[in-house]
Amino acid sequence: MNDHPNKPRSDSYDAVVIGGGHNGLVCAAYLAKAGKKVLVVERRPVLGGAAVSEETVAGFTFSTFSYVVSLFRPHIIRELDLVRHGLQIIPMETTYNPIRGDKGLVRWADSGRTRDEIARFSPKDASLYPEFGLAMGRLSRFTKNVIDTTAPEPTSLDPRELMKMLRLGRHLKDLDPEMRYLNLKLLTMSAVDFLHEWFESEPLVPSMAGSGIIGTFLGIRSPGTAYVLLHHYMGEIDGAFRAWGFSKGGTGQISIACAKAAESFGAEIVAGAGVDHVKIRNGRAVGVVLENGDEIKAATVISSLDPNRTFLKLVGEKELPGDFVANIRRYKNRGSSGKVNLALDRLPSFKDGRPDISHLKGDITIAPSVDYVERAYDEAKYGEFSKRPFLNIVIPSLSDPSVAPPGKHVLSAFVQYAPYNIREGADKWPEKREAFGEAVIDTIEEFCPDIRECIVGKQVLSPWDIEKITGLTEGNIFQGELSLEQLAFLRPVAEWSRYRSPIRGLWMCGSGTHPGGGVMGAPGELAAKTMLGEGGV
Amino acid sequence: MNWKDWAGYHAVVSYQEHHEQEYFAFRHAAGLMDATPLFKYEIKGPDAVYLLNRVMAKDIGKLREGRVTYCCWCDDDGRVLDDGTVSRLGKEHFRVTAAEPFLHWFMLNSRSLNVSIEDITSEYGMLALQGPLSREIIVRAAGEEASSLGFFRLMRASIAGRDVTVTRTGYTGDLGYEIWCRNPDALAIYDTVMDFGRDYRLMPAGLAALDVARVEAGFIMNGVDYFSANHCLTDDRKSTPYELGLGWSVDLDRENFIGRDALKREKEEGSKWRFVGLDIDWDAFEAIFAKFDLPPETPAGAWRTPVPVFGMDGKQIGQATSGAWSPTLKKNLALASLKTGEFRIGDRVQIEVTAEYERKLCPATVSEPMFYNPKRKRA
Repeated sequence: MNDHPNKPRSDSYDAVVIGGGHNGLVCAAYLAKAGKKVLVVERRPVLGGAAVSEETVAGFTFSTFSYVVSLFRPHIIRELDLVRHGLQIIPMETTYNPIRGDKGLVRWADSGRTRDEIARFSPKDASLYPEFGLAMGRLSRFTKNVIDTTAPEPTSLDPRELMKMLRLGRHLKDLDPEMRYLNLKLLTMSAVDFLHEWFESEPLVPSMAGSGIIGTFLGIRSPGTAYVLLHHYMGEIDGAFRAWGFSKGGTGQISIACAKAAESFGAEIVAGAGVDHVKIRNGRAVGVVLENGDEIKAATVISSLDPNRTFLKLVGEKELPGDFVANIRRYKNRGSSGKVNLALDRLPSFKDGRPDISHLKGDITIAPSVDYVERAYDEAKYGEFSKRPFLNIVIPSLSDPSVAPPGKHVLSAFVQYAPYNIREGADKWPEKREAFGEAVIDTIEEFCPDIRECIVGKQVLSPWDIEKITGLTEGNIFQGELSLEQLAFLRPVAEWSRYRSPIRGLWMCGSGTHPGGGVMGAPGELAAKTMLGEGGV
Repeated sequence: MNWKDWAGYHAVVSYQEHHEQEYFAFRHAAGLMDATPLFKYEIKGPDAVYLLNRVMAKDIGKLREGRVTYCCWCDDDGRVLDDGTVSRLGKEHFRVTAAEPFLHWFMLNSRSLNVSIEDITSEYGMLALQGPLSREIIVRAAGEEASSLGFFRLMRASIAGRDVTVTRTGYTGDLGYEIWCRNPDALAIYDTVMDFGRDYRLMPAGLAALDVARVEAGFIMNGVDYFSANHCLTDDRKSTPYELGLGWSVDLDRENFIGRDALKREKEEGSKWRFVGLDIDWDAFEAIFAKFDLPPETPAGAWRTPVPVFGMDGKQIGQATSGAWSPTLKKNLALASLKTGEFRIGDRVQIEVTAEYERKLCPATVSEPMFYNPKRKRA
């Protein structure tokens, strides 16, 4: 979607949203729907931020960064009428965990088939699997109450805040004691320990634990990773939890649908126009100055960028209270993942002895053993990318033919670990990029011997590249780790979890705010609703 | 694979455990469905137009060669007997599809006419190739000429060396084609189309996927959303074309046809019922289930057990006859017949839903029945 002008029609707005990623666009749509005069400014010529689709190899559309959807809030889809604006989500039904030289594990939509698959590794695990799903489903429903509202402020005596804590307390009370203990364990344990309370077999445990480390700089044996597991279990499509899907046309279509919705309500969007800094007068944001020097006045400025970039680069430390700056500096970004996108001439064959390709239609996780994944983390701790990384692979062209020419495919591999701060220094990533890409392809090759013959184009993205292209500090895909000390009323920093900032008239609406990253749209929505409710715009 | 009986044939409900992927093939790639059990009649001869004009509520004389039309036919009282398509293969050569057997009815109305009526139901197969990529596939299978085949047009072609008729028609409300062939040729044609379709993610699709698609498209189904006047013990059960939203297909300004007087009267005096869509309010639906501490439960596929519909004052104003959760539109949809005069399009009404074995009322918004209508369907 490159048809957006790079110059705004006016020089004065009710609100200017910095960044045309999905959260910025959702926020703009809600504000415009409420009748505000809204402008979105995006630095890149394409909209979407990290939720973007690009034809990087001719004929092949890559979901360059974010590659699956699940957490996008269904009520946002309805309230912004995103289906009418082109949003279509194709569900993924399987999870496939190949193992070297043997028949891997496939978890199907059909519970009977899944039971048979797991039973090959452990009959006990097979019989427990549905029970685990039920427990996670119950916890997800509790957590849903948290993510669909603004974070409560535990230190506030404001009756509204107290009511909110009370409501949350009531939800917690509604959980039976067993579930409450489970919830506590989830908040404190490692993904592997948590799963070992149920399951014993590999590759079931490491493949499930894998979703506990995505986007964090932690290993599957690190405490706190169990929560991230739940974060990925909360995915909800059509009221069904634990559902993941592809956005037709790539993840960027979500952003495009949000942009069209925003425009239908009267918002204006410019692309190819970066913001140089937020203009501040007497401690109040009064507009933005673009990289080309143009100035845009706005009563409210909303940044969808990460907290680091927003405050340390666009605002500047001298405008901010010292302790706030210190907190923002402490806020952990720690990019830990990269991405390899491949254009394939044909479908590569995973050596698994299965009669057809239906097991490849969902996600393919390379996590054959707990040790394998933990070893991948070991290297990263000391500033190396993993030689044999944890991979989460999807081949969306199997479900959505629109992203590749007939008979051809795109493969997207999420790669962990790739630390932003490699030993040689982050700026040495361009020299290591090729070797990093090769390590990923070598890894895939161990499970899929003909992968190299199929490749007709590739894109290797290190966290340094992710930062360069999207602006995400240290290439962190969630705009800051989803670790417990950076969630809810602590996101991004204590006392500033409600989308406001110390600068009057400057608000936040990105994944760096509650409830966090994962193409949810919730930060953008909740920020807009908070602003509208509190007369912030 | 799940099967059911369809007019005496074993028909596939879904090829997979669940029809979801097949539904998404219809909406994102293409699906291939065997619709052979449709009743099919070949009507030929100098009086073929005369016969069809007498039987059909639509003016078939206006249908040009190479075109297909959708229409319904009625009894003397203007109550619908069935609905289907009429293809004009030649000047005096037509093919009619029906959901139920109507050989007797056509013969009864052709006395003294110079016309032959043949039931070709078991001699001809029909494959429905439906979905946004169906054009690419039909062009590869049936030749370049198919690329310009317009909406509701037909062409003769050859697939796998066998003669076929291809019509740009379907029951999914999307871009799509129907391939008509002789039975012994069907298997080879099926395999060839599947081969050409592989690169476009063509999937075999069953009736369960079709049923969700047709609810989204707002297409009525005989025996579900209405009952053929032939089967109704009471007049109240019967429906007229106007009541089913088929008034546009009734051509009153012509010589006599079966049901004309009654339909003319209804047109002047107004209809008792109107066929509409209902968009069931999701937040309210979710809240009903939340009272039981349950997530909202939508049936996995389309449903067709009728439920009552009430006004906001609690007075019953009609019934919803089928519905489905639309995975594409993210809406909980129903098709309903409501009493005219009791509502307007855009009004809020209440539909009965069952939560934890208890009957509840859930608000819904009345709309036109065609919920899903992509541009590519006609383009």
